[in-house]
Amino acid sequence: MSQKRIAKELAELVESPPEGIKVELADESDLYQWNVYMEGPEGSPFQNGKFLVKLKLPTEYPFKPPAVSFGTKIYHPNVTNDDKGSMCLGMLRPDEWKPSSKIAAVLQFARQLLVEPMPDDAVEGRIAEQYKNDRARYDELAKEWTRKYATA
Amino acid sequence: MESDEDFMSVGSSNDDFLDTQDSDDDSLEDFGDDFDGGFSKDKDIIATSRKPYEVDFKVLSPGDIEREQNIQVTEVSSILGLPPESSAILLRYGRWNREKLIESYMDHPEQTLDAAGLGNHFETNPVTQKVPGFMCEICCEDGPDLETYAMRCGHRFCVDCYRHYLGQKIREEGEAARIECPGESCHLIVDSKSLELLVTRDLRDRYHALLMRTYVDDKENLRWCPAPNCEYAIDCPVKQRDLRRVVPTVQCFCKHFFCFGCTLNDHQPAPCLLVKMWLQKCEDDSETANWISANTKECPRCHSTIEKNGGCNHMTCRKCKHEFCWMCMGLWSEHGTSWYNCNRYEEKSGSEARTEQARSRASLERYLHYYNRYANHEQSAKLDKDLYLKTEKKMTSLQSQSGLSWIEVQFLETASQALQQCRQTLKWTYAFAYYLARNNLTEIFEDNQKDLEMAVESLSEMFEKPVPELSKLKVDILDKTAYCTKRRVILLSDTAENLKNGEWTFNMEW
Repeated sequence: MSQKRIAKELAELVESPPEGIKVELADESDLYQWNVYMEGPEGSPFQNGKFLVKLKLPTEYPFKPPAVSFGTKIYHPNVTNDDKGSMCLGMLRPDEWKPSSKIAAVLQFARQLLVEPMPDDAVEGRIAEQYKNDRARYDELAKEWTRKYATA
Repeated sequence: MESDEDFMSVGSSNDDFLDTQDSDDDSLEDFGDDFDGGFSKDKDIIATSRKPYEVDFKVLSPGDIEREQNIQVTEVSSILGLPPESSAILLRYGRWNREKLIESYMDHPEQTLDAAGLGNHFETNPVTQKVPGFMCEICCEDGPDLETYAMRCGHRFCVDCYRHYLGQKIREEGEAARIECPGESCHLIVDSKSLELLVTRDLRDRYHALLMRTYVDDKENLRWCPAPNCEYAIDCPVKQRDLRRVVPTVQCFCKHFFCFGCTLNDHQPAPCLLVKMWLQKCEDDSETANWISANTKECPRCHSTIEKNGGCNHMTCRKCKHEFCWMCMGLWSEHGTSWYNCNRYEEKSGSEARTEQARSRASLERYLHYYNRYANHEQSAKLDKDLYLKTEKKMTSLQSQSGLSWIEVQFLETASQALQQCRQTLKWTYAFAYYLARNNLTEIFEDNQKDLEMAVESLSEMFEKPVPELSKLKVDILDKTAYCTKRRVILLSDTAENLKNGEWTFNMEW
């Protein structure tokens, strides 16, 4: 049931990708694992960085939300600072996800989060605290990490 | 309007569910004095239909709950002139607060409907249809034979996807009252008519069961019976704010006694807030070495380590035959007489408690005094029960030998149940007493506690007699059972009256 929908979404994203986003299948034979390359938005401390975002679709997709994680280390309040790089997005919570929601919207939302983190919904409390109280230091560290991990 | 009682003010509600006994002085006379006072006067208490510690309540079956819901839906539907399925959504949104809802609807109909997830035009009969040139946004299927459905919002999807979506919400997420349209950022609630059109029978049943669940959860006067697999709910007018003045124990059709306030097992006479504090305290302190001391003890004469193996406190050391009380370790010969003083905590003299260390030791000792007695009744109740089960088996096999028919040995079951109930009450009297500040009423309470405890211990002791002797003790056991029950009524009546009238003072903030 979901294959047709996934194939359609993938085709649309490849044909007319949203700004700063490029998608491909992680493995040509598996529709359910995507690699997304996301450019750090201009004006954000992630500018000039290129981030690998992994998208995993559940077999029940689109009735269940995709899981989004960062394959590239990133200094951000809403991404876990571990080897999982899990990301928490409101719209990806099972009770808020709608089967008509699209992956394009998820990716655009994720990229927007790089511009405007949501410190009140953070998974890294310390970084959220810093983002709120010491923006200069946050920007500095986020830039440093971007240079260290997200430039080829 | 009838429903005014839902919105009754704080002041008037207390008298609704509490039996008002005449005045304090009367009740003191009734329960206060001593043994004889209890014997001669407590007939009056038993004669009244509801005792001071009992509350009004009603048990509701799933059918009753459904009926109650339907009545309210029909009423609101006719008042507002909306279809029943929309009124149901509106009521669920307003947590079944009918008056407030109607008021809000009258003032701002469109905002209210919007917030509840209802549009403002209502179709009568939802139907599925085939739409030429349609492609389902969820599965991307198309074709002229595709059955589709859309609610009033116009977000149209194929019936298969709609069904799958509803199935997942209901079965996996346990959602019913607030299932939204599958359309992105559409907050229209799926009404029961749409649902019934789309889903299979078993899913529909599950949906209604879930709706019932939210109905009971939403209403302050309803609570599910917490017993496993029990599907009844209790309707009781006691409100959260009343819980400092009343301990609302209720009994479900399934026989389970529980507190309507906190759904824990019956904990009369201790109010819910004290129970919560006490359980927390016990949990925090139970791992200490002091707790272990509650489980094994040494014989006061020969110092052999002794573990308790029956419900009764009368211990006889296997080694030296010394007879003593498990609780106070005093001579057993002094118990059962006017010297019985085992239940009362002797406050330490002021001089001893002068230093900080002595104070903390005294406070720990005080806690352990109450904790040990609390834990002991809990443990003894279990042992009493085990013993009864064993005895029951023996009785059955020895029926011919004891010369009693099955019906005649039922007195043991009655006695066992009374014993369980009394120990449950006694257990909580110790948690209650721990927080109780001394005033002139505490002595009466302690006397009542002592009387009940002595009665319970002596009944428990009879229970431990060998089976052949039990049949001879039938009359004694019956008498003692009745007496225990009476003492329990007296104790609970006294504590409940004083709690209701705010006569108790507690040695902490709550």
